[in-house]
Amino acid sequence: MKKDVYSLCFMCSVRCPIKVTTENGQVRWIEGSPHVPGIEGSLCPRGAAGIALLNDSERLQTPLLRTGSRGSGSWREASWDEALDFVADKLKAIIAEHGAYSVLLGERTNLSTHVSKTFMRAIQSPNHFTHDALCKGSVNTACRSLFGHTDAQIGTDLKNSKHIILYGRNLFEAIEVKAVNALLEAMEKGAKVTYIDPRVSVTATKADRYWMIRPGADLALNYALIHVILKERLYDAAFVDRWVLGLARLEDFVRPYTPEWAEAETGIPAEEMVALVREVSRDKPAVIFHMGYRGASYTNEIYLRRSILMLNTLMGSIEAQGGLFFKKGPGEVGRKAARKLTEQDLPKPAMPRFDKVGTAEFPLPDANHGVAQMLPHAILNEDPYPIKAFIANRFDPLMSIPDSNLTRQALDKLELIVSIDINFSDIAWYADVVLPESIYLERTDCVQQADGLKPQMFLRSQAVAPRYDTKPASIILKRIAERMGIGKYFPFETMEELVEWQLEGTGFTVEDFAAKGFVSYTNQQIFWERKEGLKFKTPSGKIEFVSSLLEGAGFASFPPYEPLPRPAEENFRLTVGRCAIHTHVSTQNNPYLKEITPENVLWINSTRAAQLGISNGMRVEVTSPRGAGFIRAFVTDYIHPDAVFMLHGFGHDARMATRCFHQGLSDSVLAANISDRIGGSPALHDTFVSVKAA
Amino acid sequence: MSVYYLFQDAGKCIGCHSCEVACKSNKGLPVGPRLCQVITVGPKMVGDLPRAAYTFMPCFHCENPWCVAACPTGAMQKREKDGIVFVEESLCVGCKSCMSACPWGAPQWSAEARKVVKCDYCKDRVDDGLKPACATVCTSHCLHFGKPEEIPPVRRERYAKAMAIFE
Repeated sequence: MKKDVYSLCFMCSVRCPIKVTTENGQVRWIEGSPHVPGIEGSLCPRGAAGIALLNDSERLQTPLLRTGSRGSGSWREASWDEALDFVADKLKAIIAEHGAYSVLLGERTNLSTHVSKTFMRAIQSPNHFTHDALCKGSVNTACRSLFGHTDAQIGTDLKNSKHIILYGRNLFEAIEVKAVNALLEAMEKGAKVTYIDPRVSVTATKADRYWMIRPGADLALNYALIHVILKERLYDAAFVDRWVLGLARLEDFVRPYTPEWAEAETGIPAEEMVALVREVSRDKPAVIFHMGYRGASYTNEIYLRRSILMLNTLMGSIEAQGGLFFKKGPGEVGRKAARKLTEQDLPKPAMPRFDKVGTAEFPLPDANHGVAQMLPHAILNEDPYPIKAFIANRFDPLMSIPDSNLTRQALDKLELIVSIDINFSDIAWYADVVLPESIYLERTDCVQQADGLKPQMFLRSQAVAPRYDTKPASIILKRIAERMGIGKYFPFETMEELVEWQLEGTGFTVEDFAAKGFVSYTNQQIFWERKEGLKFKTPSGKIEFVSSLLEGAGFASFPPYEPLPRPAEENFRLTVGRCAIHTHVSTQNNPYLKEITPENVLWINSTRAAQLGISNGMRVEVTSPRGAGFIRAFVTDYIHPDAVFMLHGFGHDARMATRCFHQGLSDSVLAANISDRIGGSPALHDTFVSVKAA
Repeated sequence: MSVYYLFQDAGKCIGCHSCEVACKSNKGLPVGPRLCQVITVGPKMVGDLPRAAYTFMPCFHCENPWCVAACPTGAMQKREKDGIVFVEESLCVGCKSCMSACPWGAPQWSAEARKVVKCDYCKDRVDDGLKPACATVCTSHCLHFGKPEEIPPVRRERYAKAMAIFE
């Protein structure tokens, strides 16, 4: 008997709506939801590989307890009761001796993040963090500095845009299905795409204008673009006069940053910069300077992201059709969002966070996410206090945090490492206890509150029974909590009960999701009125070019431009990115995805490669001040001579993930753990490497 | 030729290989055979812009399929009602004659089954009124499947828009 279940994909974090067809307890077919515009059947390759994940015999299948040394791969299978008792007893002992704040929980942000946060609040530790800062901490802080809203509350109306400017935002490879189709629809209607990247990605091959910028010079480019816009009065004066605080300061600031000056920094001809802003300004406000998704390249990242957002503001493309918009929640139509467990009366942690976010030392990153890459520093230096236990929920610090060797040294100091995961990730391999999670097709999940122009809710619904002895992470944490005497904060026995609890007061029931997988609070797009109705959450109620957030914390709104150092003659700037086939560090062992992209390669400029005696396909050794490794060279004209590039997520160390074990090289082995100390992102492109034939 | 037309609007293809994964997933194929494949050529400079070609290569379901003629056991067949060329697995002895015969490399080898596997336009899905897996799941909707007269005139429209003169 065939049955269709509407659900949400989780092969990456985008959560595209899907339709899953099951028969006799097996998943027969997955396609994108036919009911969602911009999806209509589509899946990206990762989404299409969902059944291969479900049936993968190399997935984690049962709780494991380590029997040999960490990372030795010696395990014994345990029952859930034994594994959970072990974790709870260890945590209780550590808390009794060192305090609750010595326990950390880090996770990839997910639908049950409110459950994990509740767990940490209930044990009275301030130390929940997500992977977010690693990806876009500085984008978040930049958005708050200008609008008072986070990046997650801002969307792009690609479909109606007339010109989209992308700073390495590789929309056709870092695929979100809806965004791909929205951009293609805009292009079909005549929209122009300008793509700026030291490397020719797939998106570059589809763009109307491509600039091979010197890596690290985007900020110089933007200051010159702003210079021309202000000098030639190309901006939306009515919008800027009404909503911007600090235009005069910006005008003074960018005066020296002429296109001719920027040409020397970027390698882009001055007249082309002038031509771009003249062209874009004719299409304003339906233009998007894309603020980026990952914004974690340089130590001055927050100023790059602010400059992009200022360009949008000058074009008046804020809360405009074809520009940026603020995502609307159910409150806009007088309705209620799904409840979260964190809304309960929970204890307040007494100590500062392990990453010092919110203190004078690290005031501005978003404390809802914390700063993941501070983990090694905090553990190794016991700064601000000793850390003893770490629970990693679908988050791999060894491959995601720069400088794997440093991270491993830090992990070695811990008394307890618990990994909740679906695959043998490197952190699962290095853990003391492995608690296997059911994959997205095997579990119902917490409600997705999908704010947007039309607020909606989506539901991930269990399609088939778990293949192995696995559980949802929310249930795992609840069972640990019960053993620690804090079970009262988890008022549910099953995920279905938790969803029902969440939906109370929203006016919707679980049954309302059955037909399409989602519910809508309204059928009308909600745009705020642009003259008087924009709701910025800054102290001034305006878009703060001069930022009270920054200046209140002792940082400048407009620090003088300092060029990033260029690599010494024999070196390259390491740059990293994504492809369509893999999600970060988590899909490399999927048989179908591995078949298409089995390893990463090192993109290196042909001229530079020839000087080094490196030919295409040759095995090379890449060395940075932090680490070294081997990888095959991909020799090409289509990368800037200053840069080398590699895909993120390869070079796994977990031997039992046999297909991806030691395939390619992890960029985290090479990159130094340095950050934008204002915005909170790591600076993933601020490490220099040398390359030689192996 | 088959009565169907599988049209790739290459201008919209982003070379993501979703079609290949959906195809393999639908048929439960092992690693190895790729019944359809997107081949990327490039990038290369065209004028002052980098361009790449993303070419979709399924089976063409020929009018006089050389693979059918080459098959000694009758495993490779052309469906009477609609011209779909397919392999009857129970008859395939794994001799690979079809692989040698096809000028486009459409018949693929399954090391697991030690037999040939091939694009059959997902004839089971087509018989159920559905589109093939590749065209259903394609990220950018660049694959169109149907009767030739049903395929949207995207190239004409795009060309006309690009060349339009308003007199």
